[in-house]
Amino acid sequence: MRFLLVEDTPDLGQAVMDRLSLDGHAVDWAQSLAAAEDHLAVSTYDLILLDIMLPDGDGRDFLAAHRKARRDTPVIVMTARAAVSDRVALLDTGADDYVTKPFDFAELEARVRAVLRRRGGAAQTLVTFADLTFDPLGATVTVGTELRDLRNRELRLLEILIAGPDRIFSKGQLHDRLLSASEVVSDNAIEVYVGRLRKKLEGSRARIETVRGVGYRLTAA
Amino acid sequence: MSAVRHTGSIRRRLLLQGVAVAAVLSLLLYLAVRGVAGAAIQTTQDSVLGTATVIIAEELRGGEDGVSVDIPYAAFSMLGAVGEDRVFYRILVAADTVTGYADLPLPDRAVTGLTPLFYTVPYQGAEVRVGAVGRSVLVDGRRVDATVLLGQTRTAQVAITAQMANRAAALGLGVFALAAVLALLTARSVLSPVNKLAEAVGRRGPQDLRPMVRGVPRELVPLVAALNGLIARLRGALDRTETFITEAAHHVRTPLATVRMQAEIALRQARDDATRASLRNVIRAVDNAARSTGQMLDHASVIYRSDQRAEEVLALDQVLRDLAAQADPTAEMRDMDIALDLPEAPVVLAVDRLLLESALRNLLDNALKYGHADTVVDVLLRTRDGVATVQVCDRGRGIGAGGADALTERFARGDNVGDVVGSGLGLTIVRDAAKACGGRFVLEPRTGGGTCATLHLPLG
Repeated sequence: MRFLLVEDTPDLGQAVMDRLSLDGHAVDWAQSLAAAEDHLAVSTYDLILLDIMLPDGDGRDFLAAHRKARRDTPVIVMTARAAVSDRVALLDTGADDYVTKPFDFAELEARVRAVLRRRGGAAQTLVTFADLTFDPLGATVTVGTELRDLRNRELRLLEILIAGPDRIFSKGQLHDRLLSASEVVSDNAIEVYVGRLRKKLEGSRARIETVRGVGYRLTAA
Repeated sequence: MSAVRHTGSIRRRLLLQGVAVAAVLSLLLYLAVRGVAGAAIQTTQDSVLGTATVIIAEELRGGEDGVSVDIPYAAFSMLGAVGEDRVFYRILVAADTVTGYADLPLPDRAVTGLTPLFYTVPYQGAEVRVGAVGRSVLVDGRRVDATVLLGQTRTAQVAITAQMANRAAALGLGVFALAAVLALLTARSVLSPVNKLAEAVGRRGPQDLRPMVRGVPRELVPLVAALNGLIARLRGALDRTETFITEAAHHVRTPLATVRMQAEIALRQARDDATRASLRNVIRAVDNAARSTGQMLDHASVIYRSDQRAEEVLALDQVLRDLAAQADPTAEMRDMDIALDLPEAPVVLAVDRLLLESALRNLLDNALKYGHADTVVDVLLRTRDGVATVQVCDRGRGIGAGGADALTERFARGDNVGDVVGSGLGLTIVRDAAKACGGRFVLEPRTGGGTCATLHLPLG
């Protein structure tokens, strides 16, 4: 997916960009509203990540102008203000959603997915592997001709595995990416989700292989 | 307003001053009327007495063997017209009393001519007013001085004076009563602009910090100017606080976001378990810090708004729908579902939106945080007997050994929270917000495991 990141703090901007790139997203980074306008004039984006306090103005004014100009690129605001009144005001301005700094990247991803699904108009991001067609946005996987729904954690697990076919992912790595840092789960949680995903992929040539003592990998027979 | 200490009442002071002035004026009026009336009666009486004296004096006839006098009846009848007074007379020729009461006292000055001289003396146990005139009479060809004294007790005059004094007193009392009523009305009308001003200020909503522009009497202009000055300073202080909070939030939360994001990236690249464990601790600490500051601000604003009346009419079912939709991605991350069970008809109530949303959002947050993954959070809305009941039930770790009441205390957390990030303020916010909405909050264990949080809110 293609993101426009509008954030003036260099450290945070760089970190968000790095993090998005890790998952293979394309990111343009604007450090001011003027720069954001320049980017929007020449490119189209699937989503705008917008900070509120910017050197050349208020992100909310940008948002209002954006909506008034009937540009329909969805906007998720990254706000430092966490009070309930601020959130209500933000959604009234026309933001599709918001995350409060500091935010969990997995939550940002979940909200991006929800916004794009709600808008329905995002670019098709179908991923294919062997006889699988994976639609991360629609949360479905097609095995041959059969469409199967995926729960969120199955979806994210498949997303991780399908991005690096034949690569071995350790339980620890999967744990870090699948579960929130603050969540305490039993040691076999990853095995449980792997088991569920295997069930969803039944009948496919693609399968999740256990590499004893090391981890898991997605392979095609 | 009951906390304001008052040091006396302006209305009472105005009233008392008005009444005191009226009393003094009424007394002066009484004294003046009584004095003028007394003097007028005296003058009238004296003139009658003088005329009678002169009439007697004119009847003095000198002859060869002495002075003869034929006291005319008219002279006494003039005097007799006034009540039961006694009349005394004394006629002297030179220094000898020729007729009448020889001991009727003489004036202390010489009497000459027919212009009467008046004086008051005690005589025969009474106050007697005496008129005296002098006249020359020819006796045996010689000119001798004769003096005529005519006295009269003053019973009638005193009676008339007393009567006049009574009337003056009645007049004074009447004037006093009228003035007192006027003072009361004045005190009331003088203070009515103050009362209207107080009412206008009292009617204002919590966010209304506009200056007062209504017309007031000139005397109240300094008060209104001072009030507007205070309002302006208050607005300035609030703006500064607002700016401070915004900037503090920005300058604290943005670096925290950077730390968290960098830690996540590092976590993804780390191979070794010990490093990963410490990175997860960093992330959890950042989340705890952010969560606590946010919740403290929310709690402060709940407490602040509890004193205000910023109610708006809204549909509780729609609010629940919106909040559930917003929480949905968070639920999805843990493979949880939010199941709404709402009545078909809208549930409308007048309530402070911010308080209501603070309470409901915290209940949903808790259910999603403490509920087990892969479970359903049930949100139920029912109305009965004018009370709306919102129930948020999870299948999670439950309340813990400390019991439900302990959890609503500030910064209190259950003994079973484990590593779940939290501030210990969520349920305090729910409890205080519910109370401010006139409602009640109950936390109970759920049959079959988990927790049920129930919010009772009065409708209308």
